[in-house]
Amino acid sequence: MFKKLAISAVAALTLSAGGALAAGGAGHVEDVDFSFEGPFGKFDQNQLQRGLQVYTEVCAACHGMSYVPLRTLGDEGGPNLPDDQVRAYASQFQVFDPDLDDWREAKPTDHFPASNDPNAPDLSLMTKKRAGFHGPYGTGLAQLFKGMGGPEYMVALLTGYTGKDKFEAGTTFYENTAFPGGWIAMAPPLYGEDVEYADGHSNDLHHEAEDVAAFLMWAAEPKMMARKQAGLTGVIFLTVLTVLLYLTNKRIWAPIKGKKSA
Amino acid sequence: MSGIPHDHYEPKSGGAKWLHSRLPIVGLLYDTLMIPTPKNLNWMWIWGIVLTFCLALQIITGIVLVMHYTPHVDMAFASIEHIMRNVNGGHMIRYLHMNGASLFFLAVYMHIFRGLYYGSYKAPREVTWIIGMLIYLMMMGTAFMGYVLPWGQMSFWGATVITGLFGAIPFIGEGLQTWLLGGPAVDNATLNRFFSLHYLLPFVIAALVAVHIWAFHTTGNNNPTGVEVRRGSKAEAEKDTVPFWPYFVMKDLFALGVIMVVFFAIVGFMPNYLGHPDNYIEANPLVTPSHIVPEWYFLPFYAILRAFTADVWVVMFASWITGGIIDAKFFGVLAMFGAIAVMALAPWLDTSSVRSGRYRPMFKWWFALLVLDFIVLMWAGAMPAEPPYSTISLIGSAYWFAYFLVILPLLGVIEKPLPQPETIEADFQAHYPKASGDAGQTAATPAE
Repeated sequence: MFKKLAISAVAALTLSAGGALAAGGAGHVEDVDFSFEGPFGKFDQNQLQRGLQVYTEVCAACHGMSYVPLRTLGDEGGPNLPDDQVRAYASQFQVFDPDLDDWREAKPTDHFPASNDPNAPDLSLMTKKRAGFHGPYGTGLAQLFKGMGGPEYMVALLTGYTGKDKFEAGTTFYENTAFPGGWIAMAPPLYGEDVEYADGHSNDLHHEAEDVAAFLMWAAEPKMMARKQAGLTGVIFLTVLTVLLYLTNKRIWAPIKGKKSA
Repeated sequence: MSGIPHDHYEPKSGGAKWLHSRLPIVGLLYDTLMIPTPKNLNWMWIWGIVLTFCLALQIITGIVLVMHYTPHVDMAFASIEHIMRNVNGGHMIRYLHMNGASLFFLAVYMHIFRGLYYGSYKAPREVTWIIGMLIYLMMMGTAFMGYVLPWGQMSFWGATVITGLFGAIPFIGEGLQTWLLGGPAVDNATLNRFFSLHYLLPFVIAALVAVHIWAFHTTGNNNPTGVEVRRGSKAEAEKDTVPFWPYFVMKDLFALGVIMVVFFAIVGFMPNYLGHPDNYIEANPLVTPSHIVPEWYFLPFYAILRAFTADVWVVMFASWITGGIIDAKFFGVLAMFGAIAVMALAPWLDTSSVRSGRYRPMFKWWFALLVLDFIVLMWAGAMPAEPPYSTISLIGSAYWFAYFLVILPLLGVIEKPLPQPETIEADFQAHYPKASGDAGQTAATPAE
């Protein structure tokens, strides 16, 4: 009976996640191998810095990231920019300071600005509010091992434009194979070679999309590496504790069960 | 405490005697911890400890979260992000709390189905069972209101759908719903009262847990054979039992350790797996998500709620006989609460004189089907409300009610039970032939 219930639990967990996914509607999303997937996955600091560049030079024209403090760009487990670069980066933004009752240059303690375009959604949590793929045969197992797939969705969206568009109710919609419903109001933001990477990394469309998706995953889940570290430490310590408890329990029960004490 | 005869606490030193004659608190703790426990309990008896742990975990992490959370519609979502990004260890505390709710419900379902299989609800443990059902109801209320607090899209729309259930009650429904929400729709007043109650109810649950433990410490634990501990004398009782400390404390802690390894792996490596991505979108009353789904632990009952549509004959019949007062929506609400009510009534619906399912050859199969039914309902609850899922939900709901209202009463009459062991000691010795009846006492000596 225990087995049955255990299976039920697993099935339930899997299916409920599958149900959540179904909510997104059918968009085509391909798996991408990101460095941060799985229990030991880590953010690639260079990739995050490249993604920040794409974000700053392209996305930030319309979108904002109002939940992300600028200072976290200097965090370990993130883009890890040196302090002076974080300050320099922050100073390009103007923020409204209620104390001064005026606009001033942003400091690292301020947040990224909000979206310029009211129709452009905030990107702080974009990779966490989208799920990527159902996993093999709709079981959601890919999500179990590789995360919910938000970054995959992002890559699929950015590379999913077919080139067709239509004009409807005063707005131009662009056909996109990843977007639920197939038509999105955002014009194709990336074409490839939109930015020039300082590290000489390939800047074709797919690489740019992957870099910015990775950066947005960090923006949505900045403590991911600390969390995985805590998880691993927890699992190791608890495993040791559990083994000790097992041996203690076995020894205590041995005389009751008529076995030789261990 | 009455019940199984065992040694009671005797204060020895002067100070201990002084305290004991004024407040026998050490004695109470001693008797609680040293309670004689059937020695044949299997691994399905560990969930009580897991549940106690979950309650403590949720209360402790919750208290810390409250220090940083702001219950206001304009600030709630941002304050969660503040916890996730700026509070020291905040991301771990929040993920522990979030996934702790899932572990809590996993454990409670294991606990409930264990009780259903081994007949733990039967006399004289009906009160324990009823208190347990009350705890389960309060858990559902607490979890539901807690899910509203992050003020994401699923929080908001989940709250709208579930409070809408009360609106389905004839005559008073609309007024009741407005009263619950504190206004015509889910808004700041709703968020504030849910926050208040989400903080209050866990302490009510803690009190009920104490009563739950008090009740089964009075009757003694059930066990896999369903045969009662012999109570003729202390010596006789000791052949069937061992003291809770250290035997079951260690066993339960070991089991808890195994579960914690898995739990920590989930919290550390895939904390959002059980959640909905939609809840990372801030609540927006103007945009309805395409598919509103409750958390996994509500899905079986959500399926029952949605199963009874206007084209089902029982619904049409109920509607006709009440002159339209009971419509499909209200029928669904009644069915959902009824599904829990029939479970609570199991002690009086089960007519069999045999307690444990182990010795009930027919019951076993119907019970297995009930477990399967629960899983199917859980799956159907996550699917869209359209054929074939609606039909599957309806069949699943019908079986749920049939099990409690028809099968349990009938089985007691038609089933021929298998022979049960005379005593717990006999069952234990069948498993461990080398065990001698008095080993328990010799081994217990150092602890006493």
